[in-house]
Amino acid sequence: MEQKGNWWELIKGIFKENPIFCIVLGLCPTLAVSTSLDNAIGMGGAATFVLLFSNIFIAAIRNKVPDKIRIPMYIIVIASFVTIAALLMEAFTPALNKALGIYVPLIVVNCIIMGRAEAFAGKNGVWKSTLDAIGMGIGYTLSISLISIIREMLGTGSLKLFGMTLISLPIEPAMVFIMAPGALLLMGLLLGLFAYLRNRKYDKTCCGELKE
Amino acid sequence: MSASLFSILIGAIFVNNFILTKFLGLCPFFGVSTKTKSALSMGIALTFVTAISAAMTWLIYTYILVPLGLEYLKIIVFILVIATAVQFVELFIKKSNPALYNALGIYLPLITTNCIVLGVALLNIEDNYNFIQSFVFGIAGGLGFTLAILLMSGIRERLELSDVPKPFKGLPIAFIVAALMSMTFLAFSGMIK
Repeated sequence: MEQKGNWWELIKGIFKENPIFCIVLGLCPTLAVSTSLDNAIGMGGAATFVLLFSNIFIAAIRNKVPDKIRIPMYIIVIASFVTIAALLMEAFTPALNKALGIYVPLIVVNCIIMGRAEAFAGKNGVWKSTLDAIGMGIGYTLSISLISIIREMLGTGSLKLFGMTLISLPIEPAMVFIMAPGALLLMGLLLGLFAYLRNRKYDKTCCGELKE
Repeated sequence: MSASLFSILIGAIFVNNFILTKFLGLCPFFGVSTKTKSALSMGIALTFVTAISAAMTWLIYTYILVPLGLEYLKIIVFILVIATAVQFVELFIKKSNPALYNALGIYLPLITTNCIVLGVALLNIEDNYNFIQSFVFGIAGGLGFTLAILLMSGIRERLELSDVPKPFKGLPIAFIVAALMSMTFLAFSGMIK
């Protein structure tokens, strides 16, 4: 890989290597919690928090960890930060914690975080890994928000953010978009749209990245 | 909660299918569902690991973490237990059944990062299941996954031969197929409270 500037490390996660639409990583929580914009932002924030700190930590210890045990090492680091995030959310945003439920602890197995640890933080310095984590986090939050905005608008007929109604559509709400099939359908259509726009193949799948 | 074993079984396989209604384990669902044979292997391996780790995590949580007041460590402990269980299952299958071991190949280690395994372990605690219920829930979760991935791989094998619009080739069309399958599974909702 050629050397690119710091600015690139930051913005690549938002467009060029967007974790959801380009690398197709971390689908499970994305589809599950994108029923409303509030949940999406909460999930995006929690995942970004974990991503940022685990990336920094892993980049800092990368030269001390023997290659053979790096994966279990990464998992423990990530699990620790997820525990911190879960405890913080339980204490300060109990309502959000309740809405996200089991998907908060499941950030541990979110492929984005493990994928970035393995593909980036384990090979690059602390500063670059920080930028990478922020970029990926923003890209993830934006994508999950986009999905949730469409789902909430079509599914409930209005868009709310922290209790305020932003937009109200004069349509009959299509319940299916709040439920499971709507998420899969929308994701399929969005992926198709992005593939059409960029005319590239999506042959990388989530956990395939972690293959030995 | 005193859900009967039968309702847990049916509930996790059909009504609240992990993949199609809870979105757990989507990565292998899309990654490994291109061929029926590998989909079936993945399903069997996952059912195995989920059942074992459901039982192990329940025992560890109830008899070690709760008495010591360390419930907040459950995420770290569970993920380690699951990683160990996967290793254990791998060694066991390698010794006892080399043919199955070769058939499963790379899919076995990948199970560690499957959300279903951790999801089942956490849901068992959340729903206050007892030991038997947890074990059955683990098996049922794995069977539900096997059912969904098997159906999906059958459809995807057919899709390869059909004329899909170019931008939708590969993953996008798989998502749309999954959406249709999920709608079908909605018909089961309400069967079990």
